[in-house]
Amino acid sequence: MSSEGTQPLGRARPQETPAVAAPLLRRGMGNLATVAAHLVLMTWTVFVAFPFLWMVVTSFKTDQEIFFSPWRLPSALRWENFARAWTDASIGRYFLNSLIVVTGAMVLTLLCASMTAYALARFDFPGNRILYYCFLAGLMFPVFLALVPLFFVVRDLHLVGTFQGLIIVYTAYSLPFSIFFLHGFFRSLPGEVAEAAIVDGASPYRVFFDVMLPMAQPGLVAVGIFNFLGQWNQFILPLILMPNPDRYVLSQGLAFLAIQRGYESDWSALFAGLTITMLPTLIVYVFFQRRVQQGLTVGALKG
Amino acid sequence: MHHHKYRLIIPFVLPSALIYGVFVLWPYAQALYFSLTRWRGFSRNRPFVGLDNFERMLDDRLFWNALEHNALMLVVLPSATVALSLLFSALIAQGGRGLRGAEIYRIVSFFPQVMSAVVIGVLWSFVFHPNIGVLNGFLRVIGLGSLQRTWLGDPQWVLWAIALVAVWSSVGFFMILFIAGMQSIPTDLYDAATVDGASRWRAFFGITLPLLRDHLQVAFVFMGLSALDLFALVQVMAENGGPSRAADVIARYMYDLAFNKSQFGYATAIGVVLLILSLVLSVLVVQLTQRERIEF
Repeated sequence: MSSEGTQPLGRARPQETPAVAAPLLRRGMGNLATVAAHLVLMTWTVFVAFPFLWMVVTSFKTDQEIFFSPWRLPSALRWENFARAWTDASIGRYFLNSLIVVTGAMVLTLLCASMTAYALARFDFPGNRILYYCFLAGLMFPVFLALVPLFFVVRDLHLVGTFQGLIIVYTAYSLPFSIFFLHGFFRSLPGEVAEAAIVDGASPYRVFFDVMLPMAQPGLVAVGIFNFLGQWNQFILPLILMPNPDRYVLSQGLAFLAIQRGYESDWSALFAGLTITMLPTLIVYVFFQRRVQQGLTVGALKG
Repeated sequence: MHHHKYRLIIPFVLPSALIYGVFVLWPYAQALYFSLTRWRGFSRNRPFVGLDNFERMLDDRLFWNALEHNALMLVVLPSATVALSLLFSALIAQGGRGLRGAEIYRIVSFFPQVMSAVVIGVLWSFVFHPNIGVLNGFLRVIGLGSLQRTWLGDPQWVLWAIALVAVWSSVGFFMILFIAGMQSIPTDLYDAATVDGASRWRAFFGITLPLLRDHLQVAFVFMGLSALDLFALVQVMAENGGPSRAADVIARYMYDLAFNKSQFGYATAIGVVLLILSLVLSVLVVQLTQRERIEF
Protein backbone atom coordinates (compact mmCIF):
# COMPACT_ATOMS: atom_id res chain seq x y z
CA MET A 1 0.00 0.00 0.00
CA SER A 2 3.00 2.26 0.29
CA SER A 3 3.67 3.19 -3.31
CA GLU A 4 0.17 4.22 -4.29
CA GLY A 5 -0.49 5.78 -0.92
CA THR A 6 2.56 7.98 -0.60
CA GLN A 7 2.89 9.41 -4.06
CA PRO A 8 -0.04 11.83 -3.84
CA LEU A 9 1.16 13.23 -0.52
CA GLY A 10 3.84 15.11 -2.39
CA ARG A 11 1.19 17.30 -3.91
CA ALA A 12 -1.25 17.35 -1.08
CA ARG A 13 -2.20 21.00 -1.57
CA PRO A 14 -5.90 21.09 -2.34
CA GLN A 15 -5.78 24.12 -4.63
CA GLU A 16 -3.21 22.34 -6.82
CA THR A 17 -5.64 19.62 -7.81
CA PRO A 18 -8.94 21.20 -8.62
CA ALA A 19 -9.38 18.44 -11.21
CA VAL A 20 -11.00 16.09 -8.72
CA ALA A 21 -13.65 18.54 -7.80
CA ALA A 22 -14.14 19.92 -11.27
CA PRO A 23 -16.94 17.68 -12.51
CA LEU A 24 -18.82 18.15 -9.31
CA LEU A 25 -18.18 21.87 -9.45
CA ARG A 26 -19.47 22.00 -12.99
CA ARG A 27 -22.81 21.06 -11.61
CA GLY A 28 -22.29 23.80 -9.15
CA MET A 29 -21.04 23.66 -5.65
CA GLY A 30 -23.65 26.14 -4.53
CA ASN A 31 -22.81 29.26 -2.60
CA LEU A 32 -24.82 27.94 0.26
CA ALA A 33 -22.87 24.69 0.31
CA THR A 34 -19.58 26.60 0.32
CA VAL A 35 -20.70 28.75 3.22
CA ALA A 36 -21.85 25.67 5.11
CA ALA A 37 -18.53 23.94 4.46
CA HIS A 38 -16.64 26.94 5.79
CA LEU A 39 -18.87 27.15 8.80
CA VAL A 40 -18.31 23.51 9.73
CA LEU A 41 -14.55 23.67 9.20
CA MET A 42 -14.23 26.98 11.00
CA THR A 43 -16.11 25.68 14.02
CA TRP A 44 -13.73 22.75 14.31
CA THR A 45 -10.68 24.95 13.81
CA VAL A 46 -11.79 27.32 16.57
CA PHE A 47 -12.50 24.32 18.80
CA VAL A 48 -8.95 23.05 18.23
CA ALA A 49 -7.22 26.40 18.58
CA PHE A 50 -9.17 27.79 21.52
CA PRO A 51 -7.57 25.76 24.37
CA PHE A 52 -4.10 26.78 23.16
CA LEU A 53 -5.01 30.47 22.92
CA TRP A 54 -6.69 30.37 26.32
CA MET A 55 -3.55 28.79 27.77
CA VAL A 56 -1.22 31.45 26.34
CA VAL A 57 -3.46 34.31 27.51
CA THR A 58 -3.88 32.76 30.95
CA SER A 59 -0.15 32.32 31.39
CA PHE A 60 0.15 36.13 31.56
CA LYS A 61 -2.43 36.52 34.34
CA THR A 62 -2.18 36.69 38.11
CA ASP A 63 -3.70 33.90 40.17
CA GLN A 64 -6.52 36.26 41.20
CA GLU A 65 -7.37 36.96 37.58
CA ILE A 66 -7.27 33.26 36.76
CA PHE A 67 -9.83 32.54 39.45
CA PHE A 68 -12.13 35.54 39.28
CA SER A 69 -12.08 36.82 35.70
CA PRO A 70 -11.50 33.81 33.48
CA TRP A 71 -12.95 35.54 30.41
CA ARG A 72 -11.05 38.81 30.63
CA LEU A 73 -7.67 39.60 29.16
CA PRO A 74 -4.86 40.04 31.71
CA SER A 75 -4.61 43.54 33.17
CA ALA A 76 -0.85 43.46 32.61
CA LEU A 77 1.54 40.97 30.99
CA ARG A 78 3.01 39.09 33.92
CA TRP A 79 6.30 37.90 32.44
CA GLU A 80 7.37 36.96 35.94
CA ASN A 81 5.11 33.90 35.65
CA PHE A 82 7.51 32.58 33.03
CA ALA A 83 10.54 33.34 35.17
CA ARG A 84 8.92 31.53 38.09
CA ALA A 85 8.04 28.55 35.92
CA TRP A 86 11.56 28.43 34.48
CA THR A 87 13.40 28.54 37.81
CA ASP A 88 11.13 27.77 40.80
CA ALA A 89 9.08 25.15 39.01
CA SER A 90 12.23 23.67 37.39
CA ILE A 91 10.85 23.87 33.85
CA GLY A 92 14.25 25.24 32.84
CA ARG A 93 16.04 22.21 34.22
CA TYR A 94 13.57 19.77 32.64
CA PHE A 95 13.96 21.61 29.36
CA LEU A 96 17.72 21.24 29.46
CA ASN A 97 17.44 17.54 30.39
CA SER A 98 15.14 16.92 27.44
CA LEU A 99 17.53 18.78 25.18
CA ILE A 100 20.48 16.63 26.31
CA VAL A 101 18.62 13.35 25.94
CA VAL A 102 16.93 14.12 22.63
CA THR A 103 20.06 15.57 21.03
CA GLY A 104 22.07 12.53 22.03
CA ALA A 105 19.39 10.09 20.95
CA MET A 106 18.79 11.86 17.62
CA VAL A 107 22.49 11.79 16.68
CA LEU A 108 22.85 8.16 17.70
CA THR A 109 19.61 7.14 15.97
CA LEU A 110 20.43 8.85 12.69
CA LEU A 111 23.99 7.52 12.66
CA CYS A 112 23.12 3.92 13.52
CA ALA A 113 19.99 3.78 11.40
CA SER A 114 21.57 5.27 8.28
CA MET A 115 24.62 3.00 8.45
CA THR A 116 22.56 -0.12 9.04
CA ALA A 117 19.91 0.78 6.47
CA TYR A 118 22.67 1.45 3.95
CA ALA A 119 24.43 -1.85 4.59
CA LEU A 120 21.15 -3.78 4.41
CA ALA A 121 19.89 -1.95 1.33
CA ARG A 122 23.01 -1.95 -0.85
CA PHE A 123 24.93 -5.10 0.09
CA ASP A 124 24.03 -8.69 -0.34
CA PHE A 125 25.13 -11.03 2.42
CA PRO A 126 23.73 -14.11 4.12
CA GLY A 127 21.24 -13.17 6.83
CA ASN A 128 20.47 -9.80 5.27
CA ARG A 129 16.72 -10.43 4.95
CA ILE A 130 16.44 -12.02 8.39
CA LEU A 131 18.14 -9.04 10.01
CA TYR A 132 15.88 -6.64 8.15
CA TYR A 133 12.73 -8.42 9.25
CA CYS A 134 14.01 -8.64 12.82
CA PHE A 135 14.30 -4.86 12.86
CA LEU A 136 10.83 -4.51 11.34
CA ALA A 137 9.31 -6.78 13.99
CA GLY A 138 9.88 -4.00 16.52
CA LEU A 139 7.16 -1.96 14.81
CA MET A 140 4.52 -4.53 15.69
CA PHE A 141 4.76 -4.93 19.46
CA PRO A 142 3.23 -2.61 22.06
CA VAL A 143 5.98 -1.09 24.19
CA PHE A 144 4.02 -2.01 27.32
CA LEU A 145 4.87 -5.66 26.81
CA ALA A 146 8.58 -4.86 27.12
CA LEU A 147 8.39 -2.47 30.09
CA VAL A 148 9.15 -4.81 32.98
CA PRO A 149 12.01 -6.75 31.37
CA LEU A 150 13.39 -3.51 29.89
CA PHE A 151 13.52 -1.93 33.32
CA PHE A 152 15.56 -4.83 34.66
CA VAL A 153 17.91 -4.92 31.67
CA VAL A 154 18.63 -1.21 32.14
CA ARG A 155 18.99 -1.68 35.89
CA ASP A 156 21.44 -4.57 35.49
CA LEU A 157 23.56 -2.35 33.25
CA HIS A 158 23.47 0.35 35.98
CA LEU A 159 21.87 2.80 33.55
CA VAL A 160 18.66 3.59 35.46
CA GLY A 161 18.49 7.31 36.23
CA THR A 162 21.22 8.24 33.75
CA PHE A 163 21.06 10.28 30.57
CA GLN A 164 23.13 7.64 28.73
CA GLY A 165 20.52 5.02 29.63
CA LEU A 166 17.64 7.09 28.22
CA ILE A 167 19.62 8.01 25.10
CA ILE A 168 20.43 4.41 24.25
CA VAL A 169 16.89 3.18 24.99
CA TYR A 170 15.29 5.97 22.93
CA THR A 171 17.64 5.02 20.11
CA ALA A 172 16.81 1.33 20.38
CA TYR A 173 13.07 2.01 20.06
CA SER A 174 13.56 4.51 17.21
CA LEU A 175 15.64 2.12 15.12
CA PRO A 176 12.87 -0.05 13.58
CA PHE A 177 11.01 2.78 11.89
CA SER A 178 14.18 4.71 11.00
CA ILE A 179 15.89 1.71 9.42
CA PHE A 180 12.71 0.76 7.61
CA PHE A 181 12.28 4.26 6.18
CA LEU A 182 15.94 4.82 5.24
CA HIS A 183 16.22 1.30 3.77
CA GLY A 184 13.59 2.23 1.22
CA PHE A 185 15.35 5.52 0.64
CA PHE A 186 18.80 4.03 0.00
CA ARG A 187 17.26 1.47 -2.35
CA SER A 188 15.76 4.22 -4.44
CA LEU A 189 19.04 6.15 -4.84
CA PRO A 190 20.86 5.66 -8.18
CA GLY A 191 24.05 3.61 -7.91
CA GLU A 192 26.10 5.34 -10.62
CA VAL A 193 27.60 8.07 -8.48
CA ALA A 194 28.76 5.59 -5.87
CA GLU A 195 30.21 3.30 -8.56
CA ALA A 196 32.09 6.21 -10.09
CA ALA A 197 33.53 7.04 -6.69
CA ILE A 198 34.63 3.43 -6.21
CA VAL A 199 36.33 3.44 -9.62
CA ASP A 200 38.11 6.59 -8.51
CA GLY A 201 39.47 4.57 -5.62
CA ALA A 202 37.36 5.91 -2.76
CA SER A 203 37.10 3.62 0.26
CA PRO A 204 33.66 2.14 1.06
CA TYR A 205 33.45 4.42 4.10
CA ARG A 206 34.11 7.53 2.04
CA VAL A 207 31.53 6.43 -0.49
CA PHE A 208 29.00 6.25 2.32
CA PHE A 209 29.84 9.44 4.20
CA ASP A 210 30.80 11.66 1.25
CA VAL A 211 28.51 10.39 -1.51
CA MET A 212 25.53 8.42 -0.26
CA LEU A 213 24.74 10.28 2.96
CA PRO A 214 24.50 13.72 1.28
CA MET A 215 22.26 12.19 -1.38
CA ALA A 216 20.04 10.75 1.35
CA GLN A 217 19.60 14.11 3.03
CA PRO A 218 15.82 14.47 2.36
CA GLY A 219 15.26 11.05 3.90
CA LEU A 220 17.40 11.93 6.90
CA VAL A 221 15.47 15.15 7.43
CA ALA A 222 12.14 13.29 7.32
CA VAL A 223 13.35 10.64 9.76
CA GLY A 224 14.90 13.36 11.91
CA ILE A 225 11.64 15.29 12.25
CA PHE A 226 9.73 12.11 12.93
CA ASN A 227 12.15 11.05 15.66
CA PHE A 228 12.43 14.52 17.18
CA LEU A 229 8.68 14.61 17.79
CA GLY A 230 8.57 11.04 19.04
CA GLN A 231 11.54 11.43 21.38
CA TRP A 232 10.73 14.93 22.64
CA ASN A 233 7.21 13.76 23.51
CA GLN A 234 8.27 10.41 25.00
CA PHE A 235 6.62 9.77 28.37
CA ILE A 236 6.44 6.12 29.40
CA LEU A 237 10.15 5.34 28.93
CA PRO A 238 11.48 8.18 31.14
CA LEU A 239 8.69 7.45 33.62
CA ILE A 240 10.14 4.01 34.36
CA LEU A 241 13.83 4.66 33.62
CA MET A 242 14.43 8.12 35.13
CA PRO A 243 13.42 8.11 38.81
CA ASN A 244 15.76 10.98 39.70
CA PRO A 245 13.70 14.25 39.85
CA ASP A 246 16.75 16.36 38.99
CA ARG A 247 16.98 14.61 35.65
CA TYR A 248 13.30 14.46 34.72
CA VAL A 249 12.67 15.19 31.07
CA LEU A 250 10.11 17.81 30.10
CA SER A 251 6.96 15.72 29.66
CA GLN A 252 7.69 13.79 32.83
CA GLY A 253 8.44 16.95 34.80
CA LEU A 254 5.30 18.63 33.53
CA ALA A 255 3.11 15.70 34.59
CA PHE A 256 4.81 15.80 38.00
CA LEU A 257 4.26 19.56 38.32
CA ALA A 258 0.64 19.39 37.26
CA ILE A 259 -0.05 17.16 40.25
CA GLN A 260 2.23 18.89 42.75
CA ARG A 261 1.56 22.51 41.76
CA GLY A 262 -2.14 21.85 41.76
CA TYR A 263 -1.90 21.45 45.51
CA GLU A 264 0.35 24.44 45.90
CA SER A 265 -1.96 26.46 43.65
CA ASP A 266 0.62 28.42 41.71
CA TRP A 267 -1.61 28.30 38.68
CA SER A 268 -0.05 31.14 36.76
CA ALA A 269 3.38 29.49 36.83
CA LEU A 270 1.83 26.22 35.69
CA PHE A 271 0.18 27.86 32.71
CA ALA A 272 3.44 29.63 31.87
CA GLY A 273 5.31 26.32 32.19
CA LEU A 274 2.87 24.63 29.85
CA THR A 275 3.34 27.43 27.32
CA ILE A 276 7.13 27.12 27.50
CA THR A 277 6.86 23.36 27.04
CA MET A 278 4.89 23.80 23.84
CA LEU A 279 7.23 26.32 22.25
CA PRO A 280 9.90 24.03 20.70
CA THR A 281 7.31 21.76 19.11
CA LEU A 282 5.33 24.78 17.92
CA ILE A 283 8.45 26.25 16.31
CA VAL A 284 9.38 22.98 14.60
CA TYR A 285 5.80 22.68 13.39
CA VAL A 286 5.52 26.22 12.06
CA PHE A 287 8.80 25.99 10.13
CA PHE A 288 8.44 22.45 8.83
CA GLN A 289 4.66 22.36 8.76
CA ARG A 290 4.23 20.67 5.39
CA ARG A 291 7.19 18.36 5.94
CA VAL A 292 5.88 17.34 9.36
CA GLN A 293 2.45 16.60 7.95
CA GLN A 294 3.93 14.63 5.07
CA GLY A 295 6.45 12.84 7.24
CA LEU A 296 3.89 11.69 9.78
CA THR A 297 1.26 10.66 7.25
CA VAL A 298 3.76 8.87 4.99
CA GLY A 299 5.00 7.12 8.10
CA ALA A 300 1.46 5.99 8.85
CA LEU A 301 0.85 4.58 5.38
CA LYS A 302 4.15 2.77 5.30
CA GLY A 303 4.06 1.43 8.83
CA MET B 1 36.56 -8.12 -2.68
CA HIS B 2 34.51 -10.11 -0.17
CA HIS B 3 36.87 -9.18 2.57
CA HIS B 4 36.32 -5.52 1.64
CA LYS B 5 32.55 -5.87 1.73
CA TYR B 6 32.45 -7.25 5.26
CA ARG B 7 34.81 -4.58 6.54
CA LEU B 8 31.95 -2.19 5.90
CA ILE B 9 28.98 -4.39 6.71
CA ILE B 10 30.09 -5.54 10.14
CA PRO B 11 30.81 -2.13 11.70
CA PHE B 12 27.72 -0.67 10.01
CA VAL B 13 25.29 -3.31 11.23
CA LEU B 14 26.74 -4.48 14.52
CA PRO B 15 26.10 -1.40 16.73
CA SER B 16 22.43 -1.18 15.72
CA ALA B 17 21.93 -4.92 16.05
CA LEU B 18 23.51 -4.87 19.50
CA ILE B 19 21.47 -1.92 20.82
CA TYR B 20 18.28 -3.26 19.29
CA GLY B 21 18.89 -6.80 20.47
CA VAL B 22 19.68 -5.87 24.06
CA PHE B 23 17.01 -3.20 24.63
CA VAL B 24 14.15 -4.31 22.35
CA LEU B 25 14.29 -7.97 21.29
CA TRP B 26 15.65 -9.37 24.55
CA PRO B 27 13.01 -7.64 26.73
CA TYR B 28 10.20 -8.79 24.42
CA ALA B 29 11.50 -12.35 24.50
CA GLN B 30 11.84 -12.28 28.29
CA ALA B 31 8.34 -10.87 28.68
CA LEU B 32 6.78 -14.08 27.39
CA TYR B 33 8.61 -16.04 30.07
CA PHE B 34 8.01 -13.54 32.89
CA SER B 35 4.28 -13.76 32.26
CA LEU B 36 4.41 -17.40 33.32
CA THR B 37 6.09 -16.72 36.67
CA ARG B 38 4.94 -15.51 40.05
CA TRP B 39 7.32 -12.66 40.64
CA ARG B 40 6.72 -10.07 43.31
CA GLY B 41 9.10 -7.54 44.70
CA PHE B 42 12.70 -7.20 43.66
CA SER B 43 13.85 -10.70 44.59
CA ARG B 44 15.36 -12.71 41.80
CA ASN B 45 13.21 -15.63 42.82
CA ARG B 46 10.67 -16.20 40.05
CA PRO B 47 8.89 -19.54 40.44
CA PHE B 48 7.34 -20.85 37.23
CA VAL B 49 3.54 -21.02 37.66
CA GLY B 50 2.29 -21.80 34.18
CA LEU B 51 -0.88 -19.98 33.28
CA ASP B 52 -1.75 -18.94 36.86
CA ASN B 53 -1.41 -15.24 36.07
CA PHE B 54 -3.91 -15.53 33.24
CA GLU B 55 -6.31 -17.43 35.47
CA ARG B 56 -6.00 -14.72 38.08
CA MET B 57 -7.05 -12.15 35.48
CA LEU B 58 -10.39 -13.93 35.03
CA ASP B 59 -11.36 -13.08 38.62
CA ASP B 60 -9.66 -9.68 38.77
CA ARG B 61 -12.45 -7.12 39.00
CA LEU B 62 -10.04 -4.22 38.46
CA PHE B 63 -8.66 -5.83 35.31
CA TRP B 64 -12.13 -6.24 33.83
CA ASN B 65 -13.05 -2.73 34.85
CA ALA B 66 -10.05 -1.41 32.88
CA LEU B 67 -10.68 -3.73 29.94
CA GLU B 68 -14.30 -2.56 29.69
CA HIS B 69 -13.13 1.02 29.34
CA ASN B 70 -10.70 0.03 26.60
CA ALA B 71 -13.47 -1.87 24.82
CA LEU B 72 -15.78 1.14 24.98
CA MET B 73 -13.01 3.39 23.65
CA LEU B 74 -12.29 0.83 20.93
CA VAL B 75 -15.79 1.45 19.62
CA VAL B 76 -16.03 5.18 20.24
CA LEU B 77 -12.61 6.56 19.27
CA PRO B 78 -12.16 5.07 15.77
CA SER B 79 -15.75 5.70 14.69
CA ALA B 80 -15.92 9.28 15.96
CA THR B 81 -12.48 10.20 14.65
CA VAL B 82 -12.93 8.62 11.24
CA ALA B 83 -16.43 10.10 10.79
CA LEU B 84 -15.29 13.63 11.66
CA SER B 85 -12.09 13.52 9.63
CA LEU B 86 -13.91 12.05 6.62
CA LEU B 87 -16.47 14.84 6.80
CA PHE B 88 -13.84 17.57 7.05
CA SER B 89 -11.57 16.14 4.36
CA ALA B 90 -14.52 15.71 2.00
CA LEU B 91 -15.49 19.33 2.57
CA ILE B 92 -11.96 20.48 1.77
CA ALA B 93 -11.03 18.12 -1.08
CA GLN B 94 -14.34 18.12 -2.88
CA GLY B 95 -15.39 21.65 -2.12
CA GLY B 96 -13.13 22.51 -5.04
CA ARG B 97 -10.88 25.46 -5.51
CA GLY B 98 -13.66 27.65 -4.22
CA LEU B 99 -12.85 26.67 -0.65
CA ARG B 100 -10.42 29.46 0.10
CA GLY B 101 -8.66 29.38 3.43
CA ALA B 102 -8.64 25.58 3.56
CA GLU B 103 -4.92 25.78 4.31
CA ILE B 104 -5.49 27.34 7.74
CA TYR B 105 -8.01 24.64 8.67
CA ARG B 106 -5.45 21.97 7.86
CA ILE B 107 -2.58 23.63 9.67
CA VAL B 108 -4.52 24.31 12.87
CA SER B 109 -6.37 21.01 13.14
CA PHE B 110 -3.17 19.03 12.64
CA PHE B 111 -1.32 20.87 15.39
CA PRO B 112 -2.39 18.77 18.43
CA GLN B 113 -0.93 15.76 16.67
CA VAL B 114 2.61 17.04 17.16
CA MET B 115 2.16 17.80 20.86
CA SER B 116 2.85 15.17 23.48
CA ALA B 117 -0.12 13.48 25.11
CA VAL B 118 1.15 14.83 28.43
CA VAL B 119 0.96 18.44 27.30
CA ILE B 120 -2.48 17.82 25.79
CA GLY B 121 -3.64 16.10 28.96
CA VAL B 122 -2.42 18.86 31.27
CA LEU B 123 -3.93 21.53 29.02
CA TRP B 124 -7.33 19.84 29.00
CA SER B 125 -7.28 19.12 32.71
CA PHE B 126 -7.09 22.91 33.07
CA VAL B 127 -9.98 23.32 30.63
CA PHE B 128 -12.07 20.86 32.65
CA HIS B 129 -10.97 22.21 36.04
CA PRO B 130 -14.04 22.93 38.22
CA ASN B 131 -12.85 26.36 39.46
CA ILE B 132 -10.41 27.84 36.97
CA GLY B 133 -11.54 25.78 33.97
CA VAL B 134 -12.73 27.55 30.88
CA LEU B 135 -15.53 25.04 30.28
CA ASN B 136 -17.40 25.77 33.51
CA GLY B 137 -16.62 29.45 33.01
CA PHE B 138 -18.24 29.28 29.60
CA LEU B 139 -21.34 27.54 30.97
CA ARG B 140 -21.69 30.25 33.64
CA VAL B 141 -21.34 33.04 31.08
CA ILE B 142 -24.05 31.67 28.78
CA GLY B 143 -26.39 31.15 31.72
CA LEU B 144 -26.14 27.37 31.87
CA GLY B 145 -24.39 27.38 35.23
CA SER B 146 -26.52 24.44 36.35
CA LEU B 147 -24.65 22.23 33.86
CA GLN B 148 -21.33 22.85 35.58
CA ARG B 149 -19.56 19.68 36.67
CA THR B 150 -16.30 18.67 38.24
CA TRP B 151 -15.83 16.74 34.94
CA LEU B 152 -12.60 14.86 35.72
CA GLY B 153 -13.73 14.33 39.31
CA ASP B 154 -17.05 12.88 38.24
CA PRO B 155 -17.11 9.10 37.55
CA GLN B 156 -19.88 9.62 35.01
CA TRP B 157 -17.92 12.11 32.93
CA VAL B 158 -14.23 11.44 33.31
CA LEU B 159 -13.89 8.74 30.63
CA TRP B 160 -15.94 10.76 28.15
CA ALA B 161 -13.81 13.82 28.82
CA ILE B 162 -10.72 11.77 27.97
CA ALA B 163 -12.41 10.36 24.85
CA LEU B 164 -13.22 13.88 23.72
CA VAL B 165 -9.57 14.89 24.09
CA ALA B 166 -8.36 11.80 22.21
CA VAL B 167 -10.68 12.55 19.29
CA TRP B 168 -9.91 16.27 19.41
CA SER B 169 -6.19 15.62 19.03
CA SER B 170 -6.38 12.98 16.26
CA VAL B 171 -8.94 14.32 13.79
CA GLY B 172 -6.48 16.69 12.08
CA PHE B 173 -4.05 13.89 11.35
CA PHE B 174 -6.57 11.68 9.59
CA MET B 175 -8.02 14.67 7.82
CA ILE B 176 -4.63 15.23 6.12
CA LEU B 177 -4.34 11.51 5.38
CA PHE B 178 -7.79 11.36 3.77
CA ILE B 179 -7.35 14.55 1.76
CA ALA B 180 -4.20 13.05 0.23
CA GLY B 181 -6.11 9.86 -0.53
CA MET B 182 -9.03 11.67 -2.10
CA GLN B 183 -6.74 13.67 -4.33
CA SER B 184 -5.17 10.52 -5.71
CA ILE B 185 -8.49 9.29 -7.06
CA PRO B 186 -8.56 9.70 -10.87
CA THR B 187 -10.92 12.39 -12.10
CA ASP B 188 -12.50 10.32 -14.88
CA LEU B 189 -14.18 8.13 -12.29
CA TYR B 190 -16.16 11.14 -11.13
CA ASP B 191 -16.79 12.18 -14.74
CA ALA B 192 -18.33 8.80 -15.43
CA ALA B 193 -20.46 9.07 -12.33
CA THR B 194 -21.64 12.54 -13.34
CA VAL B 195 -22.60 11.25 -16.75
CA ASP B 196 -24.56 8.50 -15.07
CA GLY B 197 -26.33 11.19 -13.10
CA ALA B 198 -25.08 10.09 -9.72
CA SER B 199 -25.52 12.59 -6.92
CA ARG B 200 -22.54 13.96 -5.04
CA TRP B 201 -23.68 11.87 -2.10
CA ARG B 202 -23.64 8.67 -4.13
CA ALA B 203 -20.31 9.57 -5.71
CA PHE B 204 -18.88 9.83 -2.20
CA PHE B 205 -20.18 6.47 -1.02
CA GLY B 206 -19.79 4.69 -4.35
CA ILE B 207 -16.39 6.00 -5.47
CA THR B 208 -14.54 7.90 -2.77
CA LEU B 209 -15.04 5.58 0.18
CA PRO B 210 -14.19 2.29 -1.56
CA LEU B 211 -11.07 3.82 -3.08
CA LEU B 212 -9.94 5.11 0.30
CA ARG B 213 -9.80 1.54 1.58
CA ASP B 214 -6.08 1.58 2.40
CA HIS B 215 -6.36 4.91 4.18
CA LEU B 216 -9.39 3.80 6.18
CA GLN B 217 -7.57 0.62 7.11
CA VAL B 218 -4.65 2.64 8.48
CA ALA B 219 -7.02 4.95 10.34
CA PHE B 220 -8.94 2.14 12.04
CA VAL B 221 -5.79 0.27 13.03
CA PHE B 222 -4.12 3.41 14.38
CA MET B 223 -7.12 4.66 16.32
CA GLY B 224 -7.80 1.14 17.58
CA LEU B 225 -4.24 0.82 18.85
CA SER B 226 -4.44 4.20 20.57
CA ALA B 227 -7.74 3.16 22.19
CA LEU B 228 -5.85 0.16 23.59
CA ASP B 229 -3.17 2.49 24.97
CA LEU B 230 -4.43 5.89 26.26
CA PHE B 231 -1.80 5.62 29.00
CA ALA B 232 -0.49 9.19 28.99
CA LEU B 233 -3.89 10.89 28.84
CA VAL B 234 -5.32 8.76 31.64
CA GLN B 235 -2.19 9.08 33.76
CA VAL B 236 -2.33 12.87 33.53
CA MET B 237 -6.08 13.55 33.50
CA ALA B 238 -7.25 10.79 35.84
CA GLU B 239 -4.75 10.06 38.58
CA ASN B 240 -4.93 6.39 39.68
CA GLY B 241 -7.52 5.71 37.00
CA GLY B 242 -9.86 8.51 38.08
CA PRO B 243 -12.59 8.63 40.72
CA SER B 244 -13.74 5.04 41.49
CA ARG B 245 -11.33 4.02 38.71
CA ALA B 246 -13.96 5.21 36.25
CA ALA B 247 -11.33 5.94 33.60
CA ASP B 248 -8.84 3.17 34.28
CA VAL B 249 -7.37 1.42 31.22
CA ILE B 250 -5.26 -1.73 30.91
CA ALA B 251 -2.02 0.07 30.12
CA ARG B 252 -2.28 2.21 33.27
CA TYR B 253 -3.40 -0.72 35.43
CA MET B 254 -0.45 -2.72 34.18
CA TYR B 255 2.00 0.13 34.88
CA ASP B 256 0.54 0.52 38.36
CA LEU B 257 0.85 -3.19 39.15
CA ALA B 258 4.45 -3.33 37.96
CA PHE B 259 6.00 -0.08 39.12
CA ASN B 260 3.93 0.81 42.18
CA LYS B 261 2.99 -2.63 43.48
CA SER B 262 6.01 -4.63 42.18
CA GLN B 263 3.81 -7.45 40.86
CA PHE B 264 6.08 -7.98 37.87
CA GLY B 265 4.89 -11.41 36.77
CA TYR B 266 1.21 -10.56 36.77
CA ALA B 267 1.79 -7.16 35.15
CA THR B 268 3.76 -8.75 32.33
CA ALA B 269 0.96 -11.26 31.78
CA ILE B 270 -1.37 -8.31 31.29
CA GLY B 271 1.16 -6.94 28.80
CA VAL B 272 0.87 -10.20 26.88
CA VAL B 273 -2.91 -9.79 26.78
CA LEU B 274 -2.36 -6.28 25.42
CA LEU B 275 -0.14 -7.72 22.68
CA ILE B 276 -2.76 -10.34 21.75
CA LEU B 277 -5.49 -7.70 21.63
CA SER B 278 -3.46 -5.45 19.33
CA LEU B 279 -2.63 -8.31 16.98
CA VAL B 280 -6.26 -9.44 16.86
CA LEU B 281 -7.36 -5.88 16.21
CA SER B 282 -4.97 -5.42 13.28
CA VAL B 283 -5.88 -8.74 11.68
CA LEU B 284 -9.59 -8.05 12.16
CA VAL B 285 -9.46 -4.61 10.56
CA VAL B 286 -7.50 -5.91 7.58
CA GLN B 287 -9.94 -8.81 7.16
CA LEU B 288 -13.01 -6.59 7.34
CA THR B 289 -11.72 -4.00 4.88
CA GLN B 290 -10.64 -6.76 2.51
CA ARG B 291 -14.20 -8.04 2.37
CA GLU B 292 -15.44 -4.59 1.49
CA ARG B 293 -13.18 -4.59 -1.52
CA ILE B 294 -14.75 -7.78 -2.92
CA GLU B 295 -18.24 -6.36 -2.53
CA PHE B 296 -17.17 -3.32 -4.48
